[in-house]
Amino acid sequence: MIPTIYFLILSAVLFVMGTVGFLIKKDLITQFMCVEVMLNAANIAFIAFAASSSSLEGQIIVFFVITVAAAEAAVGLAIILLVYKQKKTIKSEDSSLMKG
Amino acid sequence: MAVFLFALLSITCIGSITGMILCKNQAYCALFLILAFICTGGLFGLMNAPFIAVVQIIIYAGAIMVLFIFVIMMIDIRQGLTPEKKRWIVYPSLGIGLILVIELIFVLNRIQDLSGTNVSETVGSPKILGKILFTKYLYPFEITSVLIIAALVGAIVLVKEKDNK
Repeated sequence: MIPTIYFLILSAVLFVMGTVGFLIKKDLITQFMCVEVMLNAANIAFIAFAASSSSLEGQIIVFFVITVAAAEAAVGLAIILLVYKQKKTIKSEDSSLMKG
Repeated sequence: MAVFLFALLSITCIGSITGMILCKNQAYCALFLILAFICTGGLFGLMNAPFIAVVQIIIYAGAIMVLFIFVIMMIDIRQGLTPEKKRWIVYPSLGIGLILVIELIFVLNRIQDLSGTNVSETVGSPKILGKILFTKYLYPFEITSVLIIAALVGAIVLVKEKDNK
């Protein structure tokens, strides 16, 4: 079978890619997608540890993470729509009202 | 065979996320992300988590990404994206990514004792998972349902048109 460390390396790679994408991209929607990628990387690590220790707790946690991510996506996309309605832009650098 | 599947799925996943970061069009970004989520579901299946694999494909690649695509359809991208101002932010963010890579390499080195163990064969079948979910984890499960109701109401209230009387 596949060693657990492979999955952990994949998880680390995906997390770093999500972080870099979040910092590089300028529009709110793609940044939000990068956050989802980071959540998925954490899920892979959870499932890998659960499988290597033959316990189901990790899978339960991933189930809850996916459910919370669905709720978070609904609210986050509503906020993005609201920002677009008010400012007519979805670039994060244009929403700099609190910049000193 | 399993190693070959793992290589195929992980390379497709990493490739499609690279495409998502490099692509300019949000709709294509969403499609790349759907491909990445389906690959992640396959990886969960490889790790003997069939229920989570199916939930990943139905909820993540299905429901959440449909939400994203609806929002992308509602927003006028050409109007919403003003021309580029400055690109200097790329270099510091790549630096931060490099720091994160080094940190994660340290962390992966610390868990040496796991490197010998393999992904076990015990199947996390939906039956056992459901039993645990509705007995030991019943309370978090109910709280999650309340959370989803709150998120639903919150999303509706946020985007509702205010009637100016």
